[in-house]
Amino acid sequence: MNKKLSLMFLAFGAIAILSGCEPLTVFNPKGPNAQTLSNTIILSIITMAVILLVVYVLFAFMLTKYRASKASADYEPPHEEGSHVLEITWTVIPIIIVAFLAIVTVKTTSSVETTPEGYDNKEPLVIYAASSNWKWHFSYPEEGIETVNYVNIPTDRPIEFKLYSFGPITSFWIPQLAGQKYAMSDMLTTIHLAADEIGSFMGRNSNFNGRGFAEMEFEAQTMTQADFDQWVSDVKANEKPLTEEKFKELLAAEHVGRSSYSSTHLDFSPAPMAHGDMDMGGMDHSDMDMSDEDMNHEDMDHSNTDAESTHSH
Amino acid sequence: MSMEELFHPLQEPMILAAAISIVVGAVVVVAGLTYFKKWGYFYKNWLSTVDHKKIGIMYIAVALLMLFRGGIDALLMRAQTAVPDNGLLDAQHYNEIFTTHGLIMILFMAMPFVIGLMNIVIPLQIGARDVAFPRLNAVSFWAFAAGCGLLNLSFIIGGSPDAGWTAYFPLASTDFSPTVGNNYYSLALQLSGIGTLLTGVNFITTIFKMRAPGMTLMKMPMFSWSILITNVIIVFAFPVLTVALALMMLDRQFGTKFFAMTDGGMDMLWANLFWVWGHPEVYIVILPAFGIFSEVIATFARKNLYGYKSMVMSMVVISLLSFLVWAHHFYTMGHGVMVNSVFSITTMAIAVPTGVKMFNWLLTMRHGKIQFTTPMLYALGFIPIFTIGGVTGVMLAMASADYQYHNTMFLVAHFHYVLIPGTVFGVLAGYHFWWPKMFGFRLNEKLGKAGFWFIAISFNVTFFPLFILGLDGYARRMYTYSASTGYGPLNMLSFIGALGLAVGFALICYNIYYSWKHMPRNEKADVWDGRSLEWATHSPVPEYNFAIVPNVSRLDEFWFAKKEGRDITAGKIEKIHMPNNTGTPFWTSGFLFLAAFFAVFSLWIPAIISMLVVFGFMALRSFENDHGRYISVEEITETEKSLRGDK
Ligand code: HEM
Ligand SMILES: [Cu+2]
Ligand SMILES: [Cu+2]
Repeated sequence: MNKKLSLMFLAFGAIAILSGCEPLTVFNPKGPNAQTLSNTIILSIITMAVILLVVYVLFAFMLTKYRASKASADYEPPHEEGSHVLEITWTVIPIIIVAFLAIVTVKTTSSVETTPEGYDNKEPLVIYAASSNWKWHFSYPEEGIETVNYVNIPTDRPIEFKLYSFGPITSFWIPQLAGQKYAMSDMLTTIHLAADEIGSFMGRNSNFNGRGFAEMEFEAQTMTQADFDQWVSDVKANEKPLTEEKFKELLAAEHVGRSSYSSTHLDFSPAPMAHGDMDMGGMDHSDMDMSDEDMNHEDMDHSNTDAESTHSH
Repeated sequence: MSMEELFHPLQEPMILAAAISIVVGAVVVVAGLTYFKKWGYFYKNWLSTVDHKKIGIMYIAVALLMLFRGGIDALLMRAQTAVPDNGLLDAQHYNEIFTTHGLIMILFMAMPFVIGLMNIVIPLQIGARDVAFPRLNAVSFWAFAAGCGLLNLSFIIGGSPDAGWTAYFPLASTDFSPTVGNNYYSLALQLSGIGTLLTGVNFITTIFKMRAPGMTLMKMPMFSWSILITNVIIVFAFPVLTVALALMMLDRQFGTKFFAMTDGGMDMLWANLFWVWGHPEVYIVILPAFGIFSEVIATFARKNLYGYKSMVMSMVVISLLSFLVWAHHFYTMGHGVMVNSVFSITTMAIAVPTGVKMFNWLLTMRHGKIQFTTPMLYALGFIPIFTIGGVTGVMLAMASADYQYHNTMFLVAHFHYVLIPGTVFGVLAGYHFWWPKMFGFRLNEKLGKAGFWFIAISFNVTFFPLFILGLDGYARRMYTYSASTGYGPLNMLSFIGALGLAVGFALICYNIYYSWKHMPRNEKADVWDGRSLEWATHSPVPEYNFAIVPNVSRLDEFWFAKKEGRDITAGKIEKIHMPNNTGTPFWTSGFLFLAAFFAVFSLWIPAIISMLVVFGFMALRSFENDHGRYISVEEITETEKSLRGDK
């Protein structure tokens, strides 16, 4: 038994060492929302380590003290019904721990589901991110440009990714900037984030969607507002607009490299409606956000039929 | 569909090798039975049996076989990801393998193992002569076996399902999964699910109606309690699966659009239905294990179970909560903070009753006299390892944090840390514990313990690295990754652990062979100095279980009777009524299998004909006058004498 315990401590040691030299991606956040998540996780690990410690100490105690080889041959274990005091103790203490974690959860969940604190005075940059086969389309409606398989974002400005999918459910994830969220064909979901540092970050789909899943990565590049503006005007000046034909071609393709366009697909293939606050896992779609002007129901159906008819399978 | 498409997976050498080994194995069994002229014996004693103990043994045999199949899948996956950019398997095969691995391990290994043990032990433990509906029990087993056969056949003919064991739509629709793989999914699960549902009805009735005189519910051993609650969950959860799978089949094969992207179909409807069944399902496989640990720990600590009432209460609470948490599987689906918070709290709440059980087990050992037998090692190993699974479960329950863990290796590590020390250690503890009851000889303790240590240590080597990989951003279900990610070394470590697990499993199998050859026969009935009624009857157990049904006045009656020198199985022997064996469940399921097989390929005419045969069998049954038979007093006395060993 001791062998196994020491093995586990070794494993815990391994985490400590590993996180010592190069922080694990999730613990190396580069924006406020990812920072909140990282803190939450670390807090929960510490809480859980305390619980583990209690169980392990009790376990080791019982096994060393009450093994048959230590007891005398005529020792008869007593009959013990249980103790109300003890049972209430180990019910109430976990309830307190769970209550504490519940409060942390509610707080942090609502904080990462809104514009990060300290950024609320700035106008968010909205970027539509749609998946099709094993690629990502990023549309910047404000700038009127579109990119495929890479996304550039300015630092010090709140960003809202509006997610949806032309096909199976995917999950949009840039671990160093924010937690993931599903992209589905029939509704929009939103990720809020902001970047504090300039750099290049791994983004990927984390929800299995078929053969090309493992390769479904993109690069998220953060840059100063000035560099971002410069990049936008370069794209506008140098890239071709995204035509409907070209877009259909893109949708049908399985894997493609990076590309940029000086217009977006949102005019001829608009995004579905926003995913309002739905109850019970979204079976009720009655209170969806209908405020976005050019997204009515016909359009939604239309874009989906489109997606299906152009799918290559 | 062309022949080439039909047998497409066989183009992969590894899969071809596995397929050949399955076929060769089957041929060896068939040839052996023919050579030794055992077909008659085999048919009479096994294929047409309605004896719950034999049915239980068959369940366990299938479960072990499937542990082997699922284990090969696991090894292949770990081998493929052991080094970056590996070319052992391509994406398609990896996808098929992780899908069938998940399906087989949960539905065709863990479930049947649990159901097998409950079949063998429950009637004995509650002092009953049989289950409530013996013939239905045979139907359950053969329906399950048909489903199991069908899923394994997919691997050879037509291609396995490849959309994950969760089969999320629209990925699992014909648009994105055009092979017949997911048809196999819907039909194989449907058949085995119906078998499970019938078992649920059967065992609830058995436990409510057939307990020995005097055994009130609160005097029932903990394993029986866990099985009662498990079966109640089965009866509530499985109909949801039945409906979901039926809709899936309609969508895939008849062009309806319940889960489609267009025409009002809802992909999330599938996710909801799946997890409304799927989350309770994990308690269906874990609660019986909790019951087994309770028996094993009490027996080998030589003490009564601490806090019996709170153990029962906690299981009831877990069963209720298990239906209220399903949406934690899609926190990232974009339902607002409110919904996520509610499901976070209900999920975390499950940790409270689970913690109660953990402390009760620990306190059961206090003042005890702990013996480290093989079953006890599994029960003890469960405690520290499962606790890691439990606390990481609480971490996952926090919706915000889950945004970072969802669909990563962290999750994969977590559920294996729950399923393996929980369910797998549980059924292995039960298997070593009750083996002498089944066969009248023990498994070798040295080999058993060696197997345990290999499994317990290798398990941690295999799965602990996955927590770290998950936190480093490694998504699950990726068939490969590039060297620049730095995931290589930990994956290699995990592969080495998986090899160790394979050695442990091989030791368990070798132990069967070794013990069969070398262990002494005719063990005494009560090998472990047990506490509950199954130890009061002979090993192996006679067909009628108890010549005299014991009277019960308190919990652990058998234990106290031993202390006080009473014989609770004394009394006057009377003739015993038993059901007749019947081959119809076997043949009915055979035709169900055929019907499902044709349905997979949308060959509706032969499918309907096979179904008509199935209904024919059912109709025949309704005209059948089978009142069973009596075992005479002389025969019982004779059997009792020879089993007691006095002549
Ligand atoms: C024996 C050693 C085992 C090993 C080495 C192993 C390995 C793995 C691996 C590597 C994956 C993840 C595949 C991926 O996401 O790329 C996986 C998935 C899974 N495993 Fe295991 N596993 C083992 C035993 C079990 C057992 C005993 C169970 C259940 C009782 C189980 C249930 C599952 C399930 C449900 C999945 C998810 C499948 C899916 O993603 O669709 N595994 N396993
Ligand atoms: Cu939704
Ligand atoms: Cu769950």
